Amino acid sequence: MASLVSHPDEVKVVTKRFGKGATSLDRYLELDGYKAVQKALGMQPDAVINEVKNSALRGRGGAGFNTGMKWSFVPKQSPKPKYVLCNGDESEPGTCKDRLILEHDPHSVIEGVMIAGLSVQAHVGYIYIRGEYRYLSEIMQKAIRDAYGRGFLGKNIFGSGYDFDVYWHGGAGAYEVGEESALMESLEGKRGIPRIRPPFPAVIGLWGGPTIINNVETLASVPHIILGGADWYAGLGPPKNGGTRLFCLSGHLNRPGVYELPLGYNLRKMIYDVGGGISNGRNLKAVVPGGSSTPVLTAEEIDVGMDFDSLAKAGSMLGSGGVVILDDTTCMVKFAQRIMKFYQHESCGWCIPCREGTDWLKKTLTRFHAGGGTKKDIDNIQYLAENMLGRTFCPLGDAAAMPTISIVKKFRKEFEDHLEGRPCPFEKAGAVRELPVMA
Amino acid sequence: MAEVNITVDGKKVTAPAGTLLIEACKGAGIEVPSFCYYPNLSLQGACRMCLVKIEKMPKLQTACTTVISEGMSVTTDTEEVHQARKSMVEMLLGNHPLDCPVCDAGGECELQDMTFSYGAAESKYIDAKNHKEEQQWSPVVYFDRPRCILCYRCVRVCGEGMDVWALGVQNRGVSSIIAPNQDDHLECEECGMCIDICPVGALTSGAYRYKTRPWEMKHVGTTCTHCADGCKTTLGVRRCDTGMEIVRGDNRDKSGINGDFLCIKGRYAFDFAHHEERLTQPLIRKDGRLTPATWEEAFELIGKRFAEVRGKHGGQAIGVVGSTRTTNEDNYLLQKFARVVLGTNNIDHHRTADFPALAAALSGKPEMTASMRDVFHAPAMLLIGNNPTEQHPLLAWQMRNNVRLHRARLYVVNSQPIKLRRQAASFSQIPAGGEGKLAAFLAGDDSAVDALLNEKTTRDSCIALREKLRGEANLVIIFGSEIRGNNITSVVKFASAIPGAKVLCLADYANSRGAADMGLYPDLLPGYHRVTDAGKFHEEWGGVPEARGLTFPEMVESAKAGALRACYLVGANPIGRFGIDPYAFSHSFVVVQDMFLTETAVMADVVLPAANAYEKSGTFTNTCGDLQLVKKAGEVTGTKSDFEMIVRIADAMGFDLRKLVPFGRGAHFDMGQSRGAQSGEADRHAVWLQAQGLEPQMSPFDPMAILDEIQRLVPGYDVSRMNLLAGNEQHTTLAGSGTGALQNPELIVPAQDDLFSSGTLGRYSRTLNSVIENHHKESAETDVAAD
Repeated sequence: MASLVSHPDEVKVVTKRFGKGATSLDRYLELDGYKAVQKALGMQPDAVINEVKNSALRGRGGAGFNTGMKWSFVPKQSPKPKYVLCNGDESEPGTCKDRLILEHDPHSVIEGVMIAGLSVQAHVGYIYIRGEYRYLSEIMQKAIRDAYGRGFLGKNIFGSGYDFDVYWHGGAGAYEVGEESALMESLEGKRGIPRIRPPFPAVIGLWGGPTIINNVETLASVPHIILGGADWYAGLGPPKNGGTRLFCLSGHLNRPGVYELPLGYNLRKMIYDVGGGISNGRNLKAVVPGGSSTPVLTAEEIDVGMDFDSLAKAGSMLGSGGVVILDDTTCMVKFAQRIMKFYQHESCGWCIPCREGTDWLKKTLTRFHAGGGTKKDIDNIQYLAENMLGRTFCPLGDAAAMPTISIVKKFRKEFEDHLEGRPCPFEKAGAVRELPVMA
Repeated sequence: MAEVNITVDGKKVTAPAGTLLIEACKGAGIEVPSFCYYPNLSLQGACRMCLVKIEKMPKLQTACTTVISEGMSVTTDTEEVHQARKSMVEMLLGNHPLDCPVCDAGGECELQDMTFSYGAAESKYIDAKNHKEEQQWSPVVYFDRPRCILCYRCVRVCGEGMDVWALGVQNRGVSSIIAPNQDDHLECEECGMCIDICPVGALTSGAYRYKTRPWEMKHVGTTCTHCADGCKTTLGVRRCDTGMEIVRGDNRDKSGINGDFLCIKGRYAFDFAHHEERLTQPLIRKDGRLTPATWEEAFELIGKRFAEVRGKHGGQAIGVVGSTRTTNEDNYLLQKFARVVLGTNNIDHHRTADFPALAAALSGKPEMTASMRDVFHAPAMLLIGNNPTEQHPLLAWQMRNNVRLHRARLYVVNSQPIKLRRQAASFSQIPAGGEGKLAAFLAGDDSAVDALLNEKTTRDSCIALREKLRGEANLVIIFGSEIRGNNITSVVKFASAIPGAKVLCLADYANSRGAADMGLYPDLLPGYHRVTDAGKFHEEWGGVPEARGLTFPEMVESAKAGALRACYLVGANPIGRFGIDPYAFSHSFVVVQDMFLTETAVMADVVLPAANAYEKSGTFTNTCGDLQLVKKAGEVTGTKSDFEMIVRIADAMGFDLRKLVPFGRGAHFDMGQSRGAQSGEADRHAVWLQAQGLEPQMSPFDPMAILDEIQRLVPGYDVSRMNLLAGNEQHTTLAGSGTGALQNPELIVPAQDDLFSSGTLGRYSRTLNSVIENHHKESAETDVAAD
C-alpha cells in the first residue's frame, strides 16, 4: 500500500475519497458513490457526452484527447455490441496514479465505466489492469463482486431496465499493451501488438465492436463531472484543459508523491513548493514532465504551466503526469541509456524502426556510457532517434525517440565529456546511484 | 465500382474505390517498396518501407494500409521519404549477417534490391550483431534467424493462405523470432510456401540450399507432372554431366493458374528425374536377362515383332497401355499408332475419373465445365467427395482463398471430416459410398435421401441443403471419382437447372484428363467419339478399326489365354499398380517405355528409357480441361521422349511416317527453351513466328505437328495457339464432343495419393520419401511418449 501525501494547493476531486475506506461499497455510497451513474441513467446519452465534452476533460493516459469528443465518435447504430474498455495498464515509467485510484477508490472507476457505457449505449465494460498490479486486481474484483451483489451491475441496473456488465482482466506484463489497440489485442487473448489504424476503436474495436477506451483517471473523473457539472470541472483548469490532474512527483525531491493539482499548475512551484525542493540541497538539472517518453526540460525551462497546451508550446508533453526530477549529480548519458534499456525491452518488435532502432540505441548508449563512444556516435544516436520519430507503427517508437533526441540536444556536452575512453564523470564523483526512474 | 482520382508525384491516377494506395501507385507504374505487404495477405504496416507523403498529413503514411480517397495528393520521391526508407534498410542491415555471397537468396533478394535502391551501403553500427544458430524445421524447411527481417509473410501465407498455421512469432522486441508450431519442428503440409514467399534467405529449402546461385540457372516455366491440377512451375535448371539437373521449382512470377501456389510436389518433387536408378540405356531380354542394347537394335526388334504379330494374328493380338503423365501429343500419337499402325482398338490407361460419362452428360452444354480460375472466383461451390487438401492441393487453395478473399460460400458433402470443412458454410457428413445417392437426391430423387442419413445428417438438413444450392447462381459443383456413370448425369441434370452453374470432375494424374480427351479408350476416339462412328478420323487416318477393343483387364485375360501376343506399355505400370500376376504376360512380347525398372518393366522383353514430362515439350490438360504448355527443361543423356520412340517404332515397322505425324507442313518450333527464355516468360519471338506459321516444321519428332492435328480434330481444343504458346492456360470445352459412353465403373481406380505420394514418381523422389519417413518417425515418437 502506497502511503498518501498532501499539500494545501491540492484540489481534491478524483482523490477526494482517498484514505477514507471507499473500497467498501457502503462507505463509497456514503461518499456520494453511484449517484452520478443514477443521474446519468436519467439523462439522454447525448447529454452525457455533451457534459463530458464541455468539461474539457482530456485523456489522462497521455495523448490528451478530449474525452467527450472521443465518445461522440462511437456510431449510434451498430450491428455489433459496443464496449467500454478501461485502460489500467499503467506502465509509463514515473507514473503511479492509476494505481492509487484503483487502490483507494475502485468503485469510482466502475462508475465511470458505467457512465461511459450509458453515453454510447454499451452494455459491457472491461477493466484491464496491468499484470504487475496483482494486489489491485483483487481489490477491483471485490469491488465488482460487491456492485453485482447490490444489483448495481448486471441485469436491470438500479431498476432502470438497463443491463450493464463489468469484467476484470489482468495483463501479462507488457508496456506496449498500454497502447489502446494493443490493449484490445491482449484482452482478446492475442499477442499484445497494436492494430492498424484507421479503423479507430470507436468504430471497430474490441471483438470488432465500437469501443470506448479510456484511462483509469479519465474514467474516475467522469462521475465527478456528472455530479459537479461541466462548468465547474472546466473552470478548475485553464481553457480547454479541464479539471485536475494526479501528478506523480518522483526523483530527487524532498517530498515525492502523488498530488492532485489543477491543470496549468506551475512546474517550478510543483518542484520547490509541493515537492519540497531538491533533496540533499543539490541543484536541479532536468525534469521529465510527463513520464519517461516525454522530452526532458532543463532547469531553465521549468517556468511552465503543467497543462497539455502549455507543455506542448514548451516543446514537451504533459503525458501521463509522471514528473521525474533529476538533480545535478545525474549522468544524462546514463539516464538516456536507462530509458532506452526500458524501451528496448518493451518494444513489441512488430515494426522495424522500433525493434531495431531501440536495440541499436541501447547498444550504442551502453557502450558510450562505458567509455567506448566516439564523436560519430553522438550524431548516430541523434540520427537513429530522428529516423524512428514519427515512422513507427505505434507511438512506442516515438516514446523512445523523443526523450533521446531532447537529451542529446540539451545535454550534448555531457556526451562529449564521455568521449575518448574517459570514465563517466558522474561516476568518478561517486554520485552515481539508483536512478529514480523505473522499478 | 466507383472510381477514385488521386495524384501521385504529380501524375493523375484513377483506381477503383477501396484500392490500397500501394496498389494504386503500382498500377500507375510508381514503385512503392515493401517487405511486409503482400497481395491477398492481411495488412501489417510493419516494415515501414512504403512510407509516403500524403498532403495534409503531418507524418509519413504507410501506402500499404492507406485506402485511396478522392483528391488525395501523394508524393513518393521526396528527400524525406527517401531518407525514411534508407534508414529502415540501415536498421535492418544492422543485425543482418550480410552473408550474401553464400546465401540462397543472393541475386534475387528483396533486401539486396532495397539496399541497392536506397543506398544504405555504409554501416553506422560498430556493436556486435545479434546472432542465433540456424535451425532445420523439417526435411524441407530450414530457418536462418539472423537473415530474417520479420515481415511475417511466412506466418500469414501458412495460416491465411494454407490454413495450416504452423508458424508464429515468439518473444518480443529485438528477440522476436519466427517459430514453428511444434517446439523445434514443423507439423505441416511441407508446401514450401513460406520459403518462396520469404523476401530474403531466412527460410531455405532442403532441396535447393547452397546448391547454386540463381543466375547460374536457366528458368523454364512448365506444368507440374504430379497431380491433375496443372500448376505452373518454373524449373531452375543447370547443366551437369548427365545432361541437365533440375535444382529448383517455384512460381515466383505468379504467372500461372496457381499464382504463387505450389505444393511440395510441384516445388520439390522433381528429384525423381535424377534418381540413380533412372534407366539410361535400352534393355533387351537375352537369355532371360534384360541386357543393355543400342537404340537401333531395340527399335529393329520391336518393329519386327510388332509387324509379325500384326501380320500373323491381326491387330487384336496387340494391346497398348498409355499413361496419364505423358503429354497430349504422346497420347494422341499413341492411340493413333495403335489404331492406324498396329490396327487395333486395344488401348487403355489407368482411369481415375469417368470423363466419358461427363462428356455424355454435357452433350449440348459445352459451357458447363469449370476452369481452375472459375474455382477462385465462383460465388458458391459444392464439393462432393474427394479430399482436395491431399489430392488436389491447388484446387483446395483456390477454394479456401475464394472463401477468404471473396466470401464465397462453400458447401462440403463428404463421408470424412475433411479439412476443407473449416472453410465451409455447410458441411454434411454422409455415410461412405453415399455420394452417388446424393447426386440422385440433388437431381430430384427424394427416395435416395435414406442412404445419406446418419446421426449428423437428417432428411431435413439434406432438403435444406438442396434448396440452398438451387438458389446459388453460378455454383461450381466439384466432385471426385466417387461420382461416376449415371450419377454424373444426375449431377449435370441438377446443375443444368441452376443459372450459370458449372461442373468439375476430379481425376488424379497430371494428364488424366488429357489421356481421356485423346482417346486412350478401347471404344472411344479422341474427343469421345465412338470407334463405331469414326467420321472425320476415318477420313483423315485412312481407316479406323471398327470393333471395340479390349479394356486393360480384358487384355490381361486375353494374355493369360495366349491370344494377346504383344503388349506395348508407354509410361504405365499396371502390374505394380493393380497387383496383376506378372506371369499373365509370359506368352506376350512386351515392350515397356519407362524411366525406371518398374514391376511392369522387369517382366518386359524390351525396355526403352523414357524422358519424363520435364524433359519434353507438348501440352497437358488438367482435370478442369485447362490446356497448358509443357516445356522441356533439358535432356537426360540416354533417354528419348515417348513421342520419338513411338515414331521410331512405326518407322521400324515400315510405316509411312507422314501418315502418322503430319510434319513438313505448318511450322517447326523449339518451344523457346533454347532461346534463353526467362522464368515464366515464353519466348515471345518464337511464339509469334510459330503462331503465324512462319517457321518451317521439319521433323517427325515434333510434337507440335501432332498438336496441329489435335487442334484440328479434337473438339474443344481449337483454342488460341498464340495464347497457349505464350504460357497462358486455355480452357478446353467439351463442345462438339462425341457421345461418350457409359463405362464399367469398376474400371475407375482412384490413385489414392496424398500430399506426399505420387505414384511411381513419388517412389523415386527423395524429398517426398524423406518427408514421409520424418512423419513416421514423429508419429512413432509420439506413440512412445503416449505409452
